Amino acid sequence: MRTYLVLAAAEFRRFSTYRLAILAGVTTQSVFGFIRVGILFAAISAAGGTLAGYDQQLASTYVWLGQALLAPIALLGWIEIAERVSSGEIAVDFARPIDLQLAWWARDLGRAGFQLLSRGLPPLFIGAVTIGIALPDSWSAYPLGLISLVLAVSISFTLRFLVNLIAFWTFDVRGYIGLYLVIASLFCGLFIPVHLFPRWLQVAAYATPFPSMLQTPIDLLSGWALGWAAAALVASQLAWLVALFGLARLVQWRAARRLVVQGG
Amino acid sequence: MAELSAAEAYRILIGSRIRSQLAYRASFWLNVATSVAVGLVEFVEIYAIFANVPVFGGLDLRQSALVFALANICFALADTIFGQLDTIPSYLRLGRLEVLLVRPMPLLLQLVTSEVQMRRLGRLAVGVLIFLIVLPELDLSYTAGTVYLLVVTPFVGAAIYGAFFATAGGVQFFLIDGGEFTSAFVYGGSYAGQLPGSVLITPIRILFTFVFPATVTAYLPSLLIMGLPGPRFLPAWLGWFAPVFAVWAWLLAWLAWRAGIRRFTGAGG
Repeated sequence: MRTYLVLAAAEFRRFSTYRLAILAGVTTQSVFGFIRVGILFAAISAAGGTLAGYDQQLASTYVWLGQALLAPIALLGWIEIAERVSSGEIAVDFARPIDLQLAWWARDLGRAGFQLLSRGLPPLFIGAVTIGIALPDSWSAYPLGLISLVLAVSISFTLRFLVNLIAFWTFDVRGYIGLYLVIASLFCGLFIPVHLFPRWLQVAAYATPFPSMLQTPIDLLSGWALGWAAAALVASQLAWLVALFGLARLVQWRAARRLVVQGG
Repeated sequence: MAELSAAEAYRILIGSRIRSQLAYRASFWLNVATSVAVGLVEFVEIYAIFANVPVFGGLDLRQSALVFALANICFALADTIFGQLDTIPSYLRLGRLEVLLVRPMPLLLQLVTSEVQMRRLGRLAVGVLIFLIVLPELDLSYTAGTVYLLVVTPFVGAAIYGAFFATAGGVQFFLIDGGEFTSAFVYGGSYAGQLPGSVLITPIRILFTFVFPATVTAYLPSLLIMGLPGPRFLPAWLGWFAPVFAVWAWLLAWLAWRAGIRRFTGAGG
């Protein structure tokens, strides 16, 4: 366990070295936040003040929480493991006395922790000051929201880990990662809330783990879902994580059996 | 043997780049599919809004679809030709830029021709398809002005988005690690440009019209084509001045590029 904590802490520090990149990320996320606020406000005012339970304040909260969680849940191309597979370094990773998947999971949580503080909170603050956001009154929303966020990062990690493992079967993993990102960004509720989707698209979205990555933690942290409804959402996240974790174990085991090491 | 003319040299160069991308068929088509999916997913966002409300930013679904289609055609063209400028930070880090600087060709042209990304045409296909579906539905009166706008807008719009890429390229010389700053106006501009400009909150509307003229690529010309008035700060007649905005965008790009090159100090790569 200590090993994994050390790995998480090291990853936290690794990401803290790129200061200018952080400022750049915050600026870009804020600009996108202001564009998205305009979209939702226009739709809400066209609907006469509320739309699928969203008024302006809740919509603004949804947008800025989304911009804040984007970096922690890493909806960006991440190919570190795939690159290690292509270069052959993965053979060394398998030889280490720690588990590949668990080690990367720990590192990813460290990264997410740092990015939540550095890239997540500033745009949330900027949005709160300029447009205004509403945080839930209920105290239970915060611990549940935090648990939901950790689960969201873990689900996101497990999915990215799985897509990276495709590198064991094909050289061109970038194409698959690109396609994954496009589908994930639609269904996770990044552009507009999944609750605004037409019925058939909502059904399609909830048949995938993607809403658990972004829409669910936002629903909990914004107070859209409270009490038992919130607990049920966390339970469904947990179910997705267990299923995906199992799948990743299986794929990793198959991949390790396929591994052919040349030279050394 | 006669020397190659410059035009001939570029033709051969670009031809070879395109052939190299087609060499790996499966990989190429996967990338095209992703590019198509990007266009479709972004259209689904607009479609989903219209599943809730009949009018969005003063436009109905067909009218918004025209703006979306034109903006995507413009951006996909610009991305295919100039998208490669996004990779300047890696040229700088790896010290590969010096090699390009000593060659007897302009740097911008070398970078642009180093990779003409055919896969990005997938998004162009989505734009063209939506354009062709929606155009007969709009009951336009085809005056000389309308036809002029329909023909010229994709090219002027592509020039404007291309200028964003070039500006970003120039700014990268200063930023390197902070390259993500440029996404704010390159991809933020692409995002803002495909929406009805009237939905943007005022500061963003001004930023993406008078500094980075994204709303001029599709929204303003579409208003003129459909004979609609514009919102505050965005009168429709500004659309006639799209070429002027393109010149402004390229002036910005030229200044950023010149400052970037002058600042560049090689590390003996």
